[in-house]
Amino acid sequence: MKRLTFPFDERTVRGLRAGDAVSISGRIYTGRDRFHKWFADGKPLPVCYRDGALYHCGPVVVRDEEGGWRVMAAGPTTSVRENPYEPDFIAATGVRVIIGKGGMDARTLAAMREHGCVYVQAVGGAGALYAASVASVAGVSLLDEFGAAEAVWHFDVSDFRGVVAMDSHGRSLFEDVAAASERRLASTCRKCYTDDTRSSAGR
Amino acid sequence: MSLTEKIVELIRETSSSLPDDVLRALRGALRRERAGSSASVVLGTILDNCALAAKRGVPLCQDTGMLVFFVHESLRRRVTPDLLGRAVALATERGYLRRNTIDPVSGKSFDDNCAEGVPAVRYCDRPGVTLIMKGGGSENMSRQYSLPDSSLGAGRDLEGVRRCLLDAVVRAQGYGCAPGVLGVCIGGDRAVGYEVAKEQLLRPLDASGVSGDQKLRALERRVLREANSLGIGPMGLGGGITLLGVRIAARPRVPASFFVTVAYMCWAARRRTMMP
Repeated sequence: MKRLTFPFDERTVRGLRAGDAVSISGRIYTGRDRFHKWFADGKPLPVCYRDGALYHCGPVVVRDEEGGWRVMAAGPTTSVRENPYEPDFIAATGVRVIIGKGGMDARTLAAMREHGCVYVQAVGGAGALYAASVASVAGVSLLDEFGAAEAVWHFDVSDFRGVVAMDSHGRSLFEDVAAASERRLASTCRKCYTDDTRSSAGR
Repeated sequence: MSLTEKIVELIRETSSSLPDDVLRALRGALRRERAGSSASVVLGTILDNCALAAKRGVPLCQDTGMLVFFVHESLRRRVTPDLLGRAVALATERGYLRRNTIDPVSGKSFDDNCAEGVPAVRYCDRPGVTLIMKGGGSENMSRQYSLPDSSLGAGRDLEGVRRCLLDAVVRAQGYGCAPGVLGVCIGGDRAVGYEVAKEQLLRPLDASGVSGDQKLRALERRVLREANSLGIGPMGLGGGITLLGVRIAARPRVPASFFVTVAYMCWAARRRTMMP
């Protein structure tokens, strides 16, 4: 397990390889669909992402008794929807770590290689576990504009776990798995179905 | 406890605890993946998450999804859409549901998760009140095929259906939060296809949920085995378990149409029934 603590410097990030398990601590900012559209429209970013982490996440958050925020569930959302925007976002902001699920496209992978950034896969659906790793909510931006599920939340996390699935050297675990599965599908579909039904029905 | 509070409790339990058959399937998957592989780490994380959410009574996944209530006909007068809406609003206020309902035209959030047609309510002959919560990541991986489909080499027979289902699995990769479940409808019109495919997700993953039709049962088994040989694995990071189950139903079609509809459900297959 490699430990990453905010701020994330380029050397540390470039030292990571696809397949490395990581534990992240310190500040991370959420941002998903509407945030990326906001960025693409040229509107001002609410926080500084240099050497920071962007988390594709729309959490369940409620007000607590003291007027602060309580995070109930905060797992990753699917990252592919941000493919059109992410290469520009990486180039413009100097963000070092993108956390999400499902991976991103070849253009994003190329931007990660050029600028020194990695993609960390969190486990989709594990909302309660990731909420437990949010030690505190330091603030929130664009809440009125986007609503709670799309706002930019400022999370201070402790031992937030994931796997480096796209590194800054051009390797993506998702591309490897997808290509292998397509090859296996092609060979599976070469077999004829009808014969097999007969044999399995007779078994 | 008032009926509204009972429905709030149904929502909380559905959001925080998976059904036993799904948990058993996930534990079985963990046993079959190699210890230390990323597949086993992902499944271990999933099971830890489920235990924590159930213990704390908090949503196990932040995407609390589109809520569909199936209510028995005889309860039509007691379990009204208004009452269900009030329960949903309360559950949202208490953090059991995300503010998850967006006006597609204005972009504004309906902060109490109530709007026209939301939550969805279907009066039917299923006993009691059943709730299913399906997140957007998996819904985005659902799809509908129209046979014949020459790009898949899929004709109008069960071999064609099989090709569609395996294609859906490969296209979904890990995006729909694998290991998932396929709810499938063969036939129907387009609307019936999606409705019936989603209803199949209410069938348990254990032996009690397999199709009563011998041909469909064989196809369910075959597609499950073949999908799990593709190597996609939990969250698409590779591994031997890509699906937890396949549940297929058939509905009549017209001569001109042959639809195959796939409702892709994530591993967080949240469903629960209560008797009011």
